[in-house]
Formats: sequence, structure tokens, C-alpha cells
Amino acid sequence: MKLSTYIKQKPLLFIGLLSISIVVLFFVSLQTGTAALSPLTAIQTLFGNGTEKDSLILFEFRLPRIVIAILVGAGLAVSGAILQAITKNEIAEPGIIGINAGAGLAVVLFIFFVKDIPFGFSSTYLLPVTALVGALTAAIAIYLFAWKDGISPVRLVLVGIAVNSGINALLIIFQLRMDPKDFDQAITWLSGSIWGADWTYVLAVLPWVILLIPLAILKASSLDILHNGDDIASGLGIHVERERGIFLLIAVGLAGASVSVAGNIAFLGLVSPHLVRRIIGPKHQMLIPASALMGALLLIVADMIGKNLMAPSEIPVGIVISALGAPYFIYLLIKTD
Amino acid sequence: MENINAENKRTRSQRESRPILAIVILVVGNVLLAIALAASVSIGASEIGFTMVWDAIFAFDTDSTAHQIIEEVRLPRALTGALVGASLAVSGSILQGITRNPLAAPSIMGITDGAAFSLAIIYSFIPTMAYSQIMFWSFIGAGLGTILVFGIGSIAKGGLTPVKLALAGIAVGALLRSLASGIAIYNDVAQNMSFWYAGGLAGSKWLSLQLLLPISGIGLLLALVLAHSITVLNLGDDVAKGLGQRTFVTKGLGVLIVMMLTGAAVSVAGAIGFIGLVIPHITRFLVGADYKWIIPCAAILGALLLVLADIGARMINPPFETPVGALTAVIGVPFFLYLARKGGA
Repeated sequence: MKLSTYIKQKPLLFIGLLSISIVVLFFVSLQTGTAALSPLTAIQTLFGNGTEKDSLILFEFRLPRIVIAILVGAGLAVSGAILQAITKNEIAEPGIIGINAGAGLAVVLFIFFVKDIPFGFSSTYLLPVTALVGALTAAIAIYLFAWKDGISPVRLVLVGIAVNSGINALLIIFQLRMDPKDFDQAITWLSGSIWGADWTYVLAVLPWVILLIPLAILKASSLDILHNGDDIASGLGIHVERERGIFLLIAVGLAGASVSVAGNIAFLGLVSPHLVRRIIGPKHQMLIPASALMGALLLIVADMIGKNLMAPSEIPVGIVISALGAPYFIYLLIKTD
Repeated sequence: MENINAENKRTRSQRESRPILAIVILVVGNVLLAIALAASVSIGASEIGFTMVWDAIFAFDTDSTAHQIIEEVRLPRALTGALVGASLAVSGSILQGITRNPLAAPSIMGITDGAAFSLAIIYSFIPTMAYSQIMFWSFIGAGLGTILVFGIGSIAKGGLTPVKLALAGIAVGALLRSLASGIAIYNDVAQNMSFWYAGGLAGSKWLSLQLLLPISGIGLLLALVLAHSITVLNLGDDVAKGLGQRTFVTKGLGVLIVMMLTGAAVSVAGAIGFIGLVIPHITRFLVGADYKWIIPCAAILGALLLVLADIGARMINPPFETPVGALTAVIGVPFFLYLARKGGA
């Protein structure tokens, strides 16, 4: 109890702890997998002194996958934190702006209609692009439907519900008509998995994350104000609509990029900001970076477990996130106000 | 934690009650529901005229094939549709009322996921189980899911706030769903599960009505009794307490009703989405914020939507059935979008 009060007063300490945990897990995760590397070999290889085989495993398979887990986890968590603030709804998550449903439908349609493209090629390059297009299309549709002299938080949530329901309906129709083989491919994607273990994917997500997260941190104080109500915000001289629009774009960009390489990872975007808020409080200046780190940490751990628990078959990381994150979240719900 | 609820932003027009429109909805809705039920019994692989339907119900002839189809297949299916639709819509209304959150729906309260968890275990390990037993165990699963949610919400520090209830529902739901998917994927029954998630009325028999009718009937009546307390609670915990309400009791009874209604509905018809989320919003847009009117109107609208969608499900692509949950969304989404934009929210 004493420790938690102490951490509450020192959010930077908490951020430091999260960062250290990520670094430690980064190295643990480098060593674990189907072909185990000893800690020493892993570090030697990382600095360029390993055998050719070890370098291949490390640089072509493990490293990109861990980097993607960090980027995607951070992206989804910050997207969730922003959306919870601008919709003023505690249970908002990247899903409500149609990102997951849109990306899911695009991927399912792609698998359903395009059968003859070789599996490896389609899943490496075309699926993520398809998913990103689907995610952005859905987000734009929701934005347009919700626009009426500005975007009110309530209308954004309601329109999000409507569009999501519609897209999910189509998703169900196509899913049930699929061949079992196609269905398996689709369900793996829909459950969320970091199959994009490839440097191309890292390059595809990296710019979004390293540009948009610092931008969100920079503008964190107006996020506090937006969260506290439009009237107060206008009173304080904030351009409510413009700010909300910018934040919505940031959230869409982060979630869209994340979903396009890692599939539909549910719960992470909802739970990371909540975990952090219950530990260090609601100020976004600290909440955003801490959420980013929390999301990254959760996803590295979940990916490590999903990859190794039932090796050589993998458990979709989305399932691991829920199975891990939910009990901890329930514990925090019971313990804190 | 800061909780500035979206509800506070509702405009005045949505706070007012519109009893006249509500009465119109109840009267017209009941007439339309009767017509829809008759149509549902009449339309299908073998067309049966309305007069035949009338005869089958009021002058049953054991030798007539048409009468037997009506008696054994069509009638239970139509009635199940109406009851499931009404139950889901009322559950959603109560949940949105007590959590004061527009995103609340029966599917986020651990109820659907509790039933899914039971089913994943049954499909994986006891695939030969009889229909009636499957129904029974998914109802038990739904109940356990809800008790877990409510229990966690209640023992939480700071008490059972609306936000805690919603968050506990999401967390327990995510946990149960992940376990269910894990079990289903590992045992290769994921596509069976996805048929269940899509929901449907094809399996309805008199047996399902035997479970559904008493539980949903009692649940719907209790919902009407609780309506006034929910209207007050919806003004906020502090206001309700100030007016002398024991808010914990109201919430507990509300969750109990939701558990009965949703549990019975999902165990006979699977996870039919959309109705429980959107019909309550549509009803609220139409009749205002008084739950005395919202609950009966939501019941009628939910029943009507599901019966119509089920007719569509059979007609679009015979002899295959289109998932009814998808059709409810196709019918309801445009209307809901229109109301959400018009509502001035």
C-alpha cells in the first residue's frame, strides 16, 4: 500500500519501472523460442559477433517481431487513451471508431474473394494494406456520419455503434460462407496475432508511432481539458472542434497502423490506459507515455507466452492479452476507487 | 477516477417523456407484431395461407401436413423469435439505464460470454450432449458470468458505481471469451462456435419455449415493476439516493432481470447481437427517458424486429438461412443512424 501511494506521487518513477521491465523482457524474449539461444549468445549476436545461423534467427525472426510488439502495443494503448478522453466514455476503445471492424471486413472479403494468390505473398504484403484501407474507410465513414456542425462525443459514440454493428453483420455473413481453410486464416487474423514478423512491417508502423505519440504527449494538456467538458474547454479558449478532430486523427492513425500488421487485438487499447490511470492518476501528460509503455509491455509478454506455451503451435496473442490483462484489471478494479 | 458521463450531455428533448407517441408505438406495434407473427408462420419452404394458419391454431387437424408443420416448426419458431427479441431489447434498456452508458449492451456483461464458455466446453468435450441439456448449461454459464460481474462490482473499493459495473462486465467478458476461444481453437470447434455467435432461430422447438416462456415472462414483468426505480437511478446515483432509493438493491434487481432475460435468450437462440444494443437507443430517441414507457416499447420493437429479420433470414437465400443477427443490423442500422444524427445529441 505504501509503495503504491509513493508511485502515485512519482509518475516518472513508474514510467522508469515500465521502461526497465520492457528492456529486460526484450532480452528475455530474444532468447526464447523454438530454437533457444543462451543469454550470452543472444547478446553477442545482437552486437554482431554471432554465427550466421544465430544472426538469421535473431535479426530476421525475433527482433522484428519484438519491435512490432512494442510499436503496436504502444499504438493501441495511446489510441485507447485518446478515445476515452475525447468521447468522455470510460469503456471507449479503438474498436468504437470502426478500426477493427473495418479492417476485419476488408481482410475477410480479401480472403473470401481472392483465392488464387499464393498464401505467403498475400499474407505478407497484401493483407496489411487491405486491412489499413478497410480501417481508414470505416473511420472516415464514422467521422462523416457523426459530423453535424462539429463532432459531439455522444454522437461519435452512437454513430460508432451503428457503423460497427453494420460492418459486423456483413462480417458474419461472409465468415459463415467461407471454406473451413479460409475461415481458419480469417479467424486467426480476427483473433489478433503478430504474424507480420518482418522488417517491412516495422517500417510500415514505425513512422506513425514515432510521429503521433510524441504529438499526443505534446498536446496532452488540451486532452485534459477536452476530457473535462466542452464548456470548460471553450471557456479556456481551446478550439474544441479542431482539437478533437486532431486527436481523432491521431487515434485513427495509430490504431489503423497497428491493426493492419497485428490484426484485431481486442482489449489492449481499452485496458492499458485504465491500468495506468489507476496507478498514476488521470493527467494525460504522464498518462499517455505510461499507457504507451504499458501497452508495449503487455503485448511483449503476451506474445512471448502465446509463442511458447503450446509451441510449436501458437496461441493468438489477442486471446493471451485478455486472459492475462483481465484478471489483473479485475484485481485493480477491486483494490482502487 | 474522473467520470464525466456522456449521459450528462443528453439534450433536454431526450430527457422529456413522450407518452402519446409511446402509446401509439404500443398499439400499432402490437398490431404489426400480430401480422408479422402470422406472416412468419405462413411464409417458408411450403407456403401456407393465412386461413390455414387460423385453422391450425384454433381447429387443429392431426391428419393435415400443413397443420403439423405449423404446429411443430413454424409456430414455436415465430413465438421464440418474439420472446427473444423482447428479452434482448429489455435487457439492453435496463443495462443502459443502470450503467448510464450508451455503449452498454447485454453482450458486454459477461452473460453472452459465460454462455459461450459453457458451449466451448460442451462442444469440445461432450459433443453428443442433448439439445435440452446444452440449453440448460448455457443458461447456467450465462448466470455464472453475471454473478461474477456483479460480485466483482460489489466488492470493489468505492462501491458499485455504474462505471465499475460496466468495466467489470467488460473485463469478465474478455476473460471468459478468451478462454472460450482458446478452448475452441485448440479443440478445432471454432467454426461451430461462430455459428452460435451468429445466433439463429432455426433450432427453436416447443422445448425451447418451455425454458424461455416462464423465465422471460417473469423477467419482463419484473422489468415493468422496476421501471420507475430505473428512471430515478438514471438521473444519477446521488440524485437517486437523495430521493431515498436504495440504489444497490435497484442495481442488483436490474442485473438479476438482465441475467434471466439474456440468459434465456442466448441459450435458445445464440448470441444475436445488435437488438440489445440498438433497440434501447431507438426506443429512447422515440419515447424519451421514462422507463415506464421505454421498457414496454422496447419489448414490442425488439420482438417486431427479430420476427421480421427471421422471415428475411428464411427468404433471402433458401434453402440456406442468412444469419438473423446480421439481418437485424441491416434493417436497424440505417434507422439508427438517422435517429442518431437527428437527435441533436
